Amino acid sequence: MAMTITEKILAAHAGKKEVQPGELIEAEVDVALGNDITAPIAIEQFRKTGLESVFDRERLVLVPDHFTPNKDIKSAEQCRFMRRFAREQGITHYFEVGEAGIEHALLPEQGIVLPGDLVIGADSHTCTYGALGALATGVGSTDLAAVMAVGRLWFKVPETVKFVYFGQRRPWVDGKDLILFTIGKIGVDGALYQAMEFCGEAIESLSMDGRFTMANMAIEAGAKNGIFIPDRIVKKYVEGRAKRPYRFFESDADARYKEIIEIDVSQIEPQVAFPHLPSNVRGISQVGDIPIDQVVIGSCTNGRLSDLISAACVLKEKKIAPQVRLIIIPATPVIYREAMRRGLFDIFLDAGAVISPPTCGPCLGGHMGVLAKGERVVATTNRNFVGRMGHKESEIYLSNPAVAAASAVLGRIAGPTELGVEDRQGGQNDAVSG
Amino acid sequence: MRFQGRAWKFGSNVDTDAIIPARYLNESAPDALAVHCMEDENPRFASEMKPGDILVAGTNFGCGSSREHAPIAIKAKGVPCIIAKSFARIFYRNAFNMGLAILESNEAVDGVSDGDTVEVDLSSGTIRNLTTGAVFSSNPIPSFMQQIIYDGGLMGHIAKREKA
Ligand code: SF4
Repeated sequence: MAMTITEKILAAHAGKKEVQPGELIEAEVDVALGNDITAPIAIEQFRKTGLESVFDRERLVLVPDHFTPNKDIKSAEQCRFMRRFAREQGITHYFEVGEAGIEHALLPEQGIVLPGDLVIGADSHTCTYGALGALATGVGSTDLAAVMAVGRLWFKVPETVKFVYFGQRRPWVDGKDLILFTIGKIGVDGALYQAMEFCGEAIESLSMDGRFTMANMAIEAGAKNGIFIPDRIVKKYVEGRAKRPYRFFESDADARYKEIIEIDVSQIEPQVAFPHLPSNVRGISQVGDIPIDQVVIGSCTNGRLSDLISAACVLKEKKIAPQVRLIIIPATPVIYREAMRRGLFDIFLDAGAVISPPTCGPCLGGHMGVLAKGERVVATTNRNFVGRMGHKESEIYLSNPAVAAASAVLGRIAGPTELGVEDRQGGQNDAVSG
Repeated sequence: MRFQGRAWKFGSNVDTDAIIPARYLNESAPDALAVHCMEDENPRFASEMKPGDILVAGTNFGCGSSREHAPIAIKAKGVPCIIAKSFARIFYRNAFNMGLAILESNEAVDGVSDGDTVEVDLSSGTIRNLTTGAVFSSNPIPSFMQQIIYDGGLMGHIAKREKA
């Protein structure tokens, strides 16, 4: 029977020849992830089983990234709880502050998640790894605890919706704009329980970082997973990082899809999601005059090297508006070092930005840039829900890093073309970040 | 299992940050989370709801984060059951895995107003609006999920099977 990539990966991990949408299966998990917020609850649940050790100490990954470096005593205690468990269990992939970065940037970068894997993470943006051609999905702490115990979990095989992106991207249009546009089109529950398969000529030319951004936000359309068919760009990214075998799956030509949605990317300009839903999008030319107080460039959506390069192209030899605070957060220590080595920090500091150590920080209203009542932020993050980044009467506008940087300079939401900056990557950035 | 309580009505796309704002996630004790449950969405809910009251919401309830703190906060608040037109996928899993009953019914959500008294019979999926007398049915829970609930949640289900 013809299958999609999502169905093939599930079948392979369930030891079955084929699976059908709607089928409930039990499958072996390759990698399971927890963070400083979700792992403590999972660890407590795991303890209740009475088991002494986790299913595989090399496949359970623990990353303190949300409230780290510890923002207060309570976070310090959550982190200590996780750290002690990691030591006791001899967890190979436990990352201490200094090595840790935002989990969804860190795991692919370190070659921990690979093409063809079945990955669960107690974090909704686990779907990011779909960019590698893996099936990765967010679960709760109890699901994580179950996998910690037995290495297996129940799954419902999702239906797949195929998104075909054709045409040439315009300048300053990147993965963020394609996914925001898509969510705007189908809504925040437009892919509820489903797999989103991204393909088409505009995807073939999209960088690895741009693909991570798109897969990352599949959850923002309610999807179980977002996935790309691995190609030479994935191969190039994975080579040299992988320390174990991996497998490239692809959808059969006659695989069954719930729906096929075609999107002409030549019609898409840089997108901005208005408060308070990621689906509330407008093209940059339709934004109007919206003054802002803060800009955040970072997160598991857009805190990778090419995101920082894109922001730096806009910020070069410019100063941010005096009423704006610009916070830049490289997502991992490797990205941080590489950005520094390439001189991006000078550009950022000259512009008036502050550079944060890798952390989720302000993305979830945690620390390092929480908003006051009535403040407006342009953020390269993924959620603009009420109160997500601070006071419930603050407002979040989501955009790509170039738009965020241009907005910081102009003090209002604006695109880089207003500053006369050219997209040197011509909308066809093929960069593979370190 | 039957539940009866006052309905608290919410709209569509109630997200996990509305259920429990992320700024409070530096701890995970259920009672501490319950205090802030829904406070940005409806401050009256946090102060006035009584244990046994039922949440009624539109589509995509629980969207956003995977954090179990959301169903934990709701459960710790004393809510036994949520009725919605649809649930976000991860919230749906989490609720089952920890034994918070959830039912999907468009008709029931449209036929219940804020403040109505509602009775839910989990085994049959029947929802009654005792204020208006209307009766609704909801989607049956898949048998696989019923087994998980029957075993006392996912961890109980696993413990039972590992022993077998
Ligand atoms: S950066 Fe934001 S969305 Fe990503 S994992 Fe951290 S808190 Fe979640």
